[in-house]
Amino acid sequence: MRETTDGTARPPGEPDAVLLRAGRYFRRGQPAADLHSEHVEGGRQADRFYRDRWSHDKVVNSTHGVNCTGSCRWKVYVKDGIITWETQATDYPTVGPDKPEYEPRGCPRGAAFSWYTYSPTRVRYPYVRGLLLEMYREAKGRLGDPVLAWADIQADPERRRAYQQARGKGGLVRAGWDEAVEIVAAAHVHTIAAHGPDRIAGFSPIPAMSMVSHAAGARFMSLIGAPMLSFYDWYADLPVASPQVFGDQTDVPESGDWWDAAYLVMWGSNVPVTRTPDAHWMAEARYRGQKVVVVAPDYADNAKFADEWLHPHPGTDAALAIGMGHVLLREFFVERQVPFFTDYVRRFTDLPFLVTLAERDGAYVPGKFLRAADLGGAAGQQEAAEWKTAVWDLAAGAPAVPGGSVGFRWAESGQGRWNLDLGGIDPALTLMGLADAGPAEVLLPRFDTDGGPHGQGSGGVVRRGVPAVRLAGGHLVTTVYDLLLAQYGVDRDGLPGQWPASYGDPDTPGTPGWQQAHTSVPAAVCTRIAREFARTAERSRGRCMILMGAGTNHWFHSETIYRAFLVLLQLTGCQGRNGGGWAHYVGQEKTRPSTGWATLAGAADWSRPPRQAIGTAYWFLHTDQWRYDRFAADVLASPLGQGRFAGMTAADCLAQATRAGWMPSYPTFDRNPLDLAEGDDPVAAAVAELTAGTLKFACEDPDAPQNWPRVLTLWRANLLGSSAKGAEYFTRHLLGTHSSLRAQEAEPGVRPRDVVWHERAPEGKLDLLLSLDFRMTSSTLLSDITLPAATWYEKHDLSSTDMHPYVHAFSPAVDPPWQARTDFEAFQAIAARFSELAAGHLGTRRDLVATALQHDTPGEIAQPGGLALDWRRGECEPVPGRTMPVLTVVERDYTAVGAKMAALGPLVERLGLPAKGVTLHPDTEVEVLRALNGAVSGGGVADGRPLLDTAAKAANAMLALSGTTNGRLAVQGFRTLEKRTGRPLAHLAQDSESRRVTYADTQAAPVPVITSPEWSGSESGGRRYSPFTQNTEQLRPWHTLTGRQHFFVDHDWMHEIGEALPVYRPPLDMHRLFGEPALGPDGQREVTVRYLTPHNKWSIHSEYQDNLLMLSLSRGGQVVWMAPQDAEAIGVHDNDWIEAVNRNGVVVARAIVSHRMPAGTVYMHHAQERTIAVPRAQATGRRGGIHNSLTRLLLKPSHLIGGYAQLSWAFNYLGPTGNQRDEVTVIRRRSQEVEY
Amino acid sequence: MRVLAQVAMVMNLDKCIGCHTCSVTCKQTWTSRSGIEYAWFNNVETRPGQGYPRRWQDQDTWRGGWRLNRRGQLTLRAGSRIARLAAIFANPVLPGIKDYYEPWTYDYRTLVNAPLGDDYPVAQPHSLITGKPMKIEWSANWDDDLGGSVEHGDADPLLARTRAQGEQAAQKVRAAFEQTFMFYLPRICEHCLNPSCVASCPSGAIYKREEDGIVLVDQDHCRGWRQCVTGCPYKKIYFNHRTGKAEKCTFCYPRIEVGLPTVCSETCVGRLRYLGVVLYDADAVTAAASVPEDRDLYAAQLGVFLDPADPGVRRAAERDGIAHDWIEAARRSPVHALISRYRVALPLHPEFRTMPMVWYIPPLSPVVEALTETGFDGEDAGNLFGAIDSLRIPVEYLAELFTAGDPAPVRAALDRLAAMRAHMRAVNLGESPPGSPSDAAAAVGMSGTEIEEMYRLLAVAKYDERYVIPTAAVGDARRLEESALPEDCSLDHDGGPGMGGAGPFGEDSGHRRLPLVALETFHALRRRQTRDEEPDR
Repeated sequence: MRETTDGTARPPGEPDAVLLRAGRYFRRGQPAADLHSEHVEGGRQADRFYRDRWSHDKVVNSTHGVNCTGSCRWKVYVKDGIITWETQATDYPTVGPDKPEYEPRGCPRGAAFSWYTYSPTRVRYPYVRGLLLEMYREAKGRLGDPVLAWADIQADPERRRAYQQARGKGGLVRAGWDEAVEIVAAAHVHTIAAHGPDRIAGFSPIPAMSMVSHAAGARFMSLIGAPMLSFYDWYADLPVASPQVFGDQTDVPESGDWWDAAYLVMWGSNVPVTRTPDAHWMAEARYRGQKVVVVAPDYADNAKFADEWLHPHPGTDAALAIGMGHVLLREFFVERQVPFFTDYVRRFTDLPFLVTLAERDGAYVPGKFLRAADLGGAAGQQEAAEWKTAVWDLAAGAPAVPGGSVGFRWAESGQGRWNLDLGGIDPALTLMGLADAGPAEVLLPRFDTDGGPHGQGSGGVVRRGVPAVRLAGGHLVTTVYDLLLAQYGVDRDGLPGQWPASYGDPDTPGTPGWQQAHTSVPAAVCTRIAREFARTAERSRGRCMILMGAGTNHWFHSETIYRAFLVLLQLTGCQGRNGGGWAHYVGQEKTRPSTGWATLAGAADWSRPPRQAIGTAYWFLHTDQWRYDRFAADVLASPLGQGRFAGMTAADCLAQATRAGWMPSYPTFDRNPLDLAEGDDPVAAAVAELTAGTLKFACEDPDAPQNWPRVLTLWRANLLGSSAKGAEYFTRHLLGTHSSLRAQEAEPGVRPRDVVWHERAPEGKLDLLLSLDFRMTSSTLLSDITLPAATWYEKHDLSSTDMHPYVHAFSPAVDPPWQARTDFEAFQAIAARFSELAAGHLGTRRDLVATALQHDTPGEIAQPGGLALDWRRGECEPVPGRTMPVLTVVERDYTAVGAKMAALGPLVERLGLPAKGVTLHPDTEVEVLRALNGAVSGGGVADGRPLLDTAAKAANAMLALSGTTNGRLAVQGFRTLEKRTGRPLAHLAQDSESRRVTYADTQAAPVPVITSPEWSGSESGGRRYSPFTQNTEQLRPWHTLTGRQHFFVDHDWMHEIGEALPVYRPPLDMHRLFGEPALGPDGQREVTVRYLTPHNKWSIHSEYQDNLLMLSLSRGGQVVWMAPQDAEAIGVHDNDWIEAVNRNGVVVARAIVSHRMPAGTVYMHHAQERTIAVPRAQATGRRGGIHNSLTRLLLKPSHLIGGYAQLSWAFNYLGPTGNQRDEVTVIRRRSQEVEY
Repeated sequence: MRVLAQVAMVMNLDKCIGCHTCSVTCKQTWTSRSGIEYAWFNNVETRPGQGYPRRWQDQDTWRGGWRLNRRGQLTLRAGSRIARLAAIFANPVLPGIKDYYEPWTYDYRTLVNAPLGDDYPVAQPHSLITGKPMKIEWSANWDDDLGGSVEHGDADPLLARTRAQGEQAAQKVRAAFEQTFMFYLPRICEHCLNPSCVASCPSGAIYKREEDGIVLVDQDHCRGWRQCVTGCPYKKIYFNHRTGKAEKCTFCYPRIEVGLPTVCSETCVGRLRYLGVVLYDADAVTAAASVPEDRDLYAAQLGVFLDPADPGVRRAAERDGIAHDWIEAARRSPVHALISRYRVALPLHPEFRTMPMVWYIPPLSPVVEALTETGFDGEDAGNLFGAIDSLRIPVEYLAELFTAGDPAPVRAALDRLAAMRAHMRAVNLGESPPGSPSDAAAAVGMSGTEIEEMYRLLAVAKYDERYVIPTAAVGDARRLEESALPEDCSLDHDGGPGMGGAGPFGEDSGHRRLPLVALETFHALRRRQTRDEEPDR
């Protein structure tokens, strides 16, 4: 039966009713009494159309691997063997009865993914640029050998340039897999033989987004000795403040923990757009009484949810945070003490630690942490005394050395004492009021004044006072807390110096009034928010959270912004709490089964160490961006600096960091490391030659042909359409094709001091650019060879994220269509062919591998006191592993690479697996894997080893070798750590000791992970993950110098750059640094504006930006958001074509004019590509650029520090960031007639 | 009294993040087909904004819905039935394709196939209507996030109406950076109790299902008169120019019938949609839809709904053939609770007199700049309710959307949300035990327990509490079972993808000569997937 409703409600008798009675025009039914409706029988057959459309043969669970932190579980619908569409899964394990659930996680981009499967932009076959393919076939026909054929092409500059200059310009032709793989393998073999394995590199970011696919290629690179390039720092997603403050890469709460927060500040993180699947936690937590504050320069999507929206000028956030910190310190520490706060900072931060003061200009400057070695006597004699920091013990009335500092971590005598138990020590937070203390005037740097040579406002100096004690040994000391009060301008009676008159004081750094002058946020608002924040923390015992993201993290000086945020959280006891602390979400960095992934990716089961490079520095050098630095590194220096950067450029700083063993650098030497490894003692020989100057580091002459990178492979990555800051520098110098670069190189006089300058910069360094992808991108267009990759619905893999505590699986819904293959299979094929070709050309060789002093290893106590000593300048002796890189000789059987790829090597059980300084011993796991995966038979190097010949087996190995997914290893790791800390820890994982997560488990449902020493938080008992709860609850130290969270960082270069303490640094001034026009309209037809590239609502990086569904919901091509004032100044209307031009390149886009944008700033959302609807530019006549055509890299010297406790390198843990937020551009209205 | 049951929806706009996932999953599931490339059964609008199609709310132009004639009787705004029947061969008042948007695609194939040239290849936009290169000037969501606000902002008909409420209201909706406000409005078919589309159809092809109230177009009987497109004031009926028939949101009936929520609901990552049964008195609809004052329509529609806990209602429902589990579902219905018990959900444009059945909880928003500068804290208990008038989204604007301009019900709903937050804050901080009364709760006439129950529904509600959908009324379980295979291909109707059509979101959009329509068929895809040679182009 069905009911129809009629249009009239008149009583029978009206004219219409007559008609109705006549039968509803064409159909017949029984009308109701008031004629509102009538009943009709039957007639439902037409339902069938929709009913049948909603039908399918099967539903497969998978996810998307796209560096979005989503790791969402999706149901993929398949009908007749074809993927039709997808909807979100709703089967996440419950979070608890009184909380919302994770389901459904997803976003519109993910919902549009299946469009790609059969889209016209799909890469169906292997493609090679026709020019190159012809050359190769000709040479091979002539020479008969693939390696010789490749060598022949490379030896001819004309042929080489010809195919390089064709990069990006079409002309791809289809090749077979065998032929394409052969060319790739030949290029690798030739390059290793001719130049060295470190002239090859792999770039594939974010293992967490598909661990097996990442590891498949990384394992190949590691086995042949090629560096993998870091990505987290390169993406500028690494918050450098995290290693500086926490000694951790990034460890943050899962999104479910937002629910636990009583106060939430979203600061530069537009959660609905960038954390779409998890935004509901924020919306829902408000109903639980959570107050929400949004800080964003525009009326961002999340401002809708806020109780308050603060909109400081872009890049000035640190000033606002310091103003808040000023209020907090004055009202909650000085005027009134909150026991909850003071107890916390004394136990868990470096605030009570003593710092020496050094005389300068009639006053003092902060020096170094006071260490046991400074105390003389017995204390000074103890093991690792250089690495044990001291406090003032109120109980003893003298300095004391509590456990927990890094000296206890690596010294034999520290066994059982590396913990945060203060024992009988009662640390003084301040020396104020101590009998021995007197006032001392300290000089502190500021960077917020206008004018001068500093490129961002001159540095200035403030004089403030601290209480200080002169120790018996002669040191004058104060506490970090006392210095912090001075830095924040919080005065106390009896201290000398300049102090603000009131909160409203606009001139003196630190006050709410001062921050208003810089940010435009009213002082009253700053003050009130600070009070609310602190009061809430006090009432909720540390449940205030700051959710921070790219908006505040992608700046040149982002760590100063972040450190100012962290101050607020640490002072109020919010770190290491559920519902509290920092929540930094930029990048899907959390590979939860980290040890297993790292083992396979680094091929640590076969040989160690792998080469791992700092991505930003790699690109900075090899795309020649360093040549365009038109200023010396000391423009960034503190006015209180000692001239350490004088005459040096960023490239010189990098060279010193390489020499000193702080940072890795590849290619490392100006010779083939295989040749250097010949001889009896290659290490000694290399040191001797380096000292004599006959052997040089490649980074000291990056433009010399012997130092170029030659072969680069991209997979799971769109480097050239997404992350390549300075895109036009990449195309000109690295690739040797067209570029719209307009910048001037450095004039003589501001060129590098140590790094060699060639008159003409090379164009076309790379011999081969290879990419694996399933869709056409800027990277595939520019590649010499593109291999067709399987999509996320066509392969087995693993996914995890920091946003939720589960590991789950990719599962194939269909087989890879056309000739697509999974990354895993592609690299197996490349490795196999490589091994065959290596037989005649490489055989077994030794390789001299240089690596940096590494964090979470004894290498982090190589350089005591954080002294920046350069052996090249005679400041110390060159000693590998102490004052210079670690040098290791590694044997490589190049004919066995294929065999090793497909089997788990013997070092797993022989050496164990490192996990953040703890060794996991997976001996029984190897047996289990042998049974589960099968073993290699038939001889060879891998005979009898567990098989890793399929992606699913590799996934099983990763899960078996990680504490988070193997309870036995988690417990064993904790037991090992218990010996060092002397504190019980194993109970955190004991309940899960028998749990073993297999790949099949992750396919069936999202699997919660196990609490493990690999991370700092705890999921025990079903609680939400929050970082550092192991530290605050189990007294496990942070991996820092003091073992506590650091406010003060005392390395020489941190002092030199003026950032030993949290400080406000404004955005870089591109007018002063590069001669870009001053901000504002020129009165004609141009306006100069800040150029920000936030994450896009319609794409995840470049993925989905070409997806027709997303394009139909947005504006169908590249756009730039502008404020009405800026648009009006240049006569631009909504949807007009505009051009954005600066020295780095040209962008053509359409304007979106909206009053939600602040004047003086434009947004060009990140990673829109020139593949879709981008016309030719009026300025150049060539194809308009992409968002990164207007950016370039700028290296900050302080990111290069190494060899010093938490400031020690580890892969993606520390390194220079590829930041891009400080840029400006000129906007013009262009001709509205566009040409493609 | 005649009791009928309807599966209705509530969307909590306060939780909507404007992500459009609902639009995409709906499009992928239902309308990635030829002829309705431009149609989004579910769309999300940024308000203020024009909406989709442009200015759909302006019935002076589009003439949708009902009005009262001089005798106070309901009549279609588009004209009486006789008048319309007389003009049945004339074009009805319809939005043009430019009012929706001209759908387009790109010659993606160029990226792969471009011969060696002197520049990067690029995929240019082409119209899916004409096949020719086009400049993109409007999309399904052009003014997303206030894009183009300066140019287009004033075209939002509600802004004009808000300004007409007086100088104070006009000041609040100025397009100035410091005063910016926005929120999102996801929209589907309202599955009205008094649907004007049904009444507009000369063929009688649109019907409202008795068992669940879903309004459907009978694809066999539709003759393509398009009177329903005019008649629907929400512009949620779309004309498929390929099949020549009208199509609309089906409330995912193949899913609802087996107890699954609609696709838009299940995939809503803001978790803001609720589905549940509402019982109403079918005999009261006409009178309620005919109350003289527009502002009384909200209350009138509330009056039509029946209390499923009332024994009298339950008896009447059973008498009228409503299954027991439907009555039980109505009792547990989150939709009933949000609409009738807590009174936080409101109808969309009740003045259209269609008695819509997708209701909305209005959004809270930040307090305005002018107040924060003075140190005003909207969360202070003393300021709590005063803050409602200082929120960035003016109550006056919301009232134009939900209550025919009457601010009182909007304010009351927002007051309840604010009171809930204040009440729960004390509970959250451990300063007040759960269930205890509070000033905030009392101020909105609720007990501590009541306000915590509402909180649970709005904040925590698990899957089976958000979607309470009975399934017992389904007679033919096997046929309707979600996973059941159709006896023949689902998509092989005339002009459907199964018959060789191709679509805008599929494979062929990079064709050298773009077809008018371009959805890939499953079968063509399969052939192509298993074919090794590339097709000639």
